[in-house]
Amino acid sequence: MTAAAERTDDRATTDVLAAAREQVLDRGVGLTEEQVLTVLRLADDRLDDLLALAHEVRMKWCGPEVEVEGIVSLKTGGCPEDCHFCSQSGRFPSPVRSAWLDIPGLVKAARQTADAGATEFCIVAAVRGPDARLLSQVREGIKAIRDSGNNIQIACSLGMLTQAQVDELVGMGVHRYNHNLETARSHFPQVVTTHSWEERWDTLRMVREAGMEVCSGGILGMGETDEQRAEFAVQLAELDPHEVPMNFLIPQPGTPYEQYEPIAGRDALRLVAAFRLAMPRTMLRFAGGRELTLGDLGAEKGMLGGVNAIIVGNYLTNLGRPAQQDLDMLADLKMPIKALSDTL
Amino acid sequence: MFCVHCGLPEAEGDHPSCRGARAALEPPRFCPECARRMVVQVIPSGWSARCSRHGETTSAGVPALTD
Repeated sequence: MTAAAERTDDRATTDVLAAAREQVLDRGVGLTEEQVLTVLRLADDRLDDLLALAHEVRMKWCGPEVEVEGIVSLKTGGCPEDCHFCSQSGRFPSPVRSAWLDIPGLVKAARQTADAGATEFCIVAAVRGPDARLLSQVREGIKAIRDSGNNIQIACSLGMLTQAQVDELVGMGVHRYNHNLETARSHFPQVVTTHSWEERWDTLRMVREAGMEVCSGGILGMGETDEQRAEFAVQLAELDPHEVPMNFLIPQPGTPYEQYEPIAGRDALRLVAAFRLAMPRTMLRFAGGRELTLGDLGAEKGMLGGVNAIIVGNYLTNLGRPAQQDLDMLADLKMPIKALSDTL
Repeated sequence: MFCVHCGLPEAEGDHPSCRGARAALEPPRFCPECARRMVVQVIPSGWSARCSRHGETTSAGVPALTD
């Protein structure tokens, strides 16, 4: 970089962080797409300043508590969709075989999640949308979890929904629905061809109108540009979800993204902070891929850089680190875990 | 014996993609005895993997993922 360019860069850096302090921290107004892009292009030596500001924003607008969640796959593999990142698509030669979790297994997973101190348990299925069999299994599963004396909050992620299915889930007591937009609208056709970004948006609209909490995020590191990352952050802000899970691509064997390189740790941290500054009041959750992308130290930096929720334990088809390791990290960081009594 | 990540013989090749950090995030997918693709269920605190010929193995006793 030339000296002139460096000065320009320094000035832009100072400007965007100063602007963010006044706009986001003081007034609670998220960054614009252009501002997010500037943040994503900050020099490495400003990363700590960025993370510190994002942490201040999180503390001011969300508070110190961290929401802990566990997730489980009720129906694994054999999905008819072609999401290029996913090992559960039946269209790719992935080693993941189809499997259904039985009700005792679901109850056990919910118990393990509650015992780990989590207040959220998300039941996930690899489907385009739920059929009658799947909804029946979800209904039976939720009843069995409640009958076991477990009052953990239950969320679902079952693909695209009809209005009748939305209403049915509300009737089952599902309080939050996850349906990731996955990536920027402009990049989505490169990631999925069997359905559209707009179809996902429609499901989220119905979920919100029915009174369920909206959970929608995506995966970073799928070949999107910085511009598209900024676009995605702002599109999520426009959706205004209750929660945004941030995943970092784990290149899955047999998928079209098998050979992709995991995103660099410093870029992942920049993204965490940028998303926080775009969405000051939204729950921002560390989800899959953080172990590979960030490791222990990076995860701590992320928790001190805007993140205020975390998935503990294993994921749907991938392994995570033991829940206790994350709980110990939160204790070391003096971040209280959100209690179930706070959410009911 | 077969590699649980790719199903190829353990002694054949270096298995570079089966040894790295990414592979550490994967439960076993292939039976080490016969290389059949296993039915794997991941739950928050563990996993089970079932081979139609050689039965089920679980994460019990397998070292947990640490950095």
